Amino acid sequence: MSFSDPSPLSAAPGASVRAVHDEFHGDLLEVSMGPHHPSTHGVFRMMVTLDGETVVKLKPVFGYLHRNHEKIGENTSYLGSMPYTDRLDYLCSMTNNWAYALAVEKLAGQAVPERAEYLRVILAELTRLLNHTCLAGFLLQDCGASGTPLMYAFREREKILDLFESLSGSRMMCNYQRFGGCRVDAPAGWLDAARALTDGYGSFLDEYEALLTGNEILMARTQGIGCLSAKLAVSAGVTGPLLRAAGVAYDLRKVDGYGFYPRFDFRVPLGAHGDTYDRYMVRVLEMRESIRILQQALRDIPAGPIMDPKAKLRGFRPKPGEVYSRIEGPKGEIGFHLISEGGPNPYRYRVRPPSLINLTILEDLCLGHSIADAVVILGSIDIVLGEVDR
Amino acid sequence: METPDQIRDRLLSRFPGAAVSLISNPGPAAQHSLLLDAADARAIATFLRDDPGLQLDFCSNVTGVDWPDREIVETTRTSTPDPAGGPAKVVEQKTKRLQPGCLEVVYHLYSVALLHGPVVLRLRTGNRSDQVSLPSLTPVWRACEFQEREVFDLFGVVFEGHPDLRRILMWDGFKDHPMRKDYVEPDDYEWEPTPHGDVLAKAKRHYPTPAPAVVKEEPKP
Amino acid sequence: MSEPAPSSPPTLTDAERAELRRQGILLTSMEELYNWGRSHSVWPLQFGLACCAIEMIAASMARFDIARFGSEVFRPSPRQADLLIVSGTVTKKMTPQVVRLWNQMPEPKYCIAMGACAISGGPFKQGYNVLKGIDRFIPVDIYIPGCPPRPEALLHGLMQLQEKIRGQKISGPGAPRHLQADTTCEYPVPDFGEHDLVPPQNPAVWQPPVIVRKEGA
Repeated sequence: MSFSDPSPLSAAPGASVRAVHDEFHGDLLEVSMGPHHPSTHGVFRMMVTLDGETVVKLKPVFGYLHRNHEKIGENTSYLGSMPYTDRLDYLCSMTNNWAYALAVEKLAGQAVPERAEYLRVILAELTRLLNHTCLAGFLLQDCGASGTPLMYAFREREKILDLFESLSGSRMMCNYQRFGGCRVDAPAGWLDAARALTDGYGSFLDEYEALLTGNEILMARTQGIGCLSAKLAVSAGVTGPLLRAAGVAYDLRKVDGYGFYPRFDFRVPLGAHGDTYDRYMVRVLEMRESIRILQQALRDIPAGPIMDPKAKLRGFRPKPGEVYSRIEGPKGEIGFHLISEGGPNPYRYRVRPPSLINLTILEDLCLGHSIADAVVILGSIDIVLGEVDR
Repeated sequence: METPDQIRDRLLSRFPGAAVSLISNPGPAAQHSLLLDAADARAIATFLRDDPGLQLDFCSNVTGVDWPDREIVETTRTSTPDPAGGPAKVVEQKTKRLQPGCLEVVYHLYSVALLHGPVVLRLRTGNRSDQVSLPSLTPVWRACEFQEREVFDLFGVVFEGHPDLRRILMWDGFKDHPMRKDYVEPDDYEWEPTPHGDVLAKAKRHYPTPAPAVVKEEPKP
Repeated sequence: MSEPAPSSPPTLTDAERAELRRQGILLTSMEELYNWGRSHSVWPLQFGLACCAIEMIAASMARFDIARFGSEVFRPSPRQADLLIVSGTVTKKMTPQVVRLWNQMPEPKYCIAMGACAISGGPFKQGYNVLKGIDRFIPVDIYIPGCPPRPEALLHGLMQLQEKIRGQKISGPGAPRHLQADTTCEYPVPDFGEHDLVPPQNPAVWQPPVIVRKEGA
């Protein structure tokens, strides 16, 4: 089979659809989906070659939100990059903060007090709830359930954002972690509010699942669609719920045991088929486990300082060295690779973006499926463009 | 897991003649790395992936690093013993040496099967201008596909054997490699109310201080 | 926020109007009716760029409920939209697409620059691939500061836009762009150059601000 290579940017500007003649298969259709498309989760673009409605080739095109995070990170101080990490994966600012703070703490050999570690776990799990809830809403939006599940998801999201706002002062861009602890302590009544939210979240999930999990349309659209094998997933560097939906038990909270995760009792849900439905189900089950972690953490959180007294905020210059550090973000392994030359700025500041690397397998998942399924598969991969392009 | 020393020794016995050296990391993280020669990098990478003791099946992260040419000042002390038996004469000599720059690619490897890591590999190009080719490790780990494209785009390292080496973040006609340290970005700043450093210099260039207006005094009638 | 435009001079006093309305007579001017209708059915384009898009979605959800202002109909096609909400960082790679979308929207059309990035590049101003404000290429009606602006701020911006629409004349020299026959509705789309966009800005829309600085400042 031969067809002309889709060269995305040299195509005639404005022409988003053109026919490619192929003597064996009739006319193949080359479609440019994105960067402005309602279901590409932002400004993602894919060049799709279609035989009828079937995808025969799919090449993602990136860079429409490349806002030079790494270059700016090399020209600003270590602490100055913290607010920029909020804007990487803008749904999950707390886990981005934690990943970066942990990397710098490893680079400088900085300890963190116990209460701060508990707060970090609580915030990370709240972020996971927020992300997975919104993902299910967006996935259903991509299936054509216009509005309703997303309305439920955003209702719960607002409750979690209220917690973040009362803690950090900002709804989305929290900028909360510091090297050696957290910026401010939880205000009075905050932990009680978090407990109330955690206790009520289970019943919300019951309601949500009653709508979705057994839904015939959802099952028809997702079961057996976009199957990912464990071998390909590991080789392609896929991480997070996608990897676990493919049946690979690799959760950094268990493997690396960073923070205080070894203290908590939780299970790692695994998928059996690796299809889109498994990816949805693994996230729902992960939310249930997150609630368990939250209940334990909110029960055990000790009083005490939230910043290490030896932590240095002004004039922070780590000794020359290098570190790669990673945590389990809601979308997968988010890592930071920092090289210090002893100056106030990192010499090299690199973000390992889970969303970008998870997209490696997009073409493999979509081949042979219809174009409508490609949208659903993309929705189940869970990308945020701020992180894909940085 | 084996220490990087042991891995290096095992690699040297398995690949005699290959250049593998250990680069130590002075920081508290102590993630030491292995510097490989470009010629046998892919064979070594395949070995690391398939070796039953290591099984580094997961390439987590690929980073490009730019090291420009640097001038290094070395101080050498030579002491000449005094023939008369007095204290030795110490002469300090400072020599300047130009350390040639290179582009470096760093791979962080983990094992999903054995749950260990990281093993850090480094590859270096010959220089920063015309010898910028390195073997692609995408045939070994597919996870490198987009990340190597990114290093090609932002640093200009050409990966030989990459299935689809195109620019990934910038557009195709773009000529520069913006993450290099000597990249000059387009000058489209605006004046800022509290400028400092580079921004102030740019602002002054854009909006030069106007020459004091010369007001002619008209003779009073 | 832009300044609220002056409203048209009333032809009747409020008391007279109320009296007429009580007797079943509704008196209004063509201009007022036209602007009233338009200002309460501003359909935005379903177009998210970055972080601010999430807050835009939040504004359309149950808690903030943009439907109260008649703007809940997010259209996927620019041909059916009245309002372009530039919600997030516009990169140089994205700029031609944004300008093209703006050109594809039919007049009358309005543009809201939502968030610091769309106004000036915001925190990413130093980026080599970041456009320093969408107003370098297309005219912007409302600027909403914030990073990201809260949904309430977006609603306030929308109310300001409605205020602006209500104050527009439908004839005469003060008439808006879409009612003047000789003004352009198409804006040139920049090309990708070797180092930057070509041209880096549209001089017909945006000129660098003239800043007079004191000696030694």
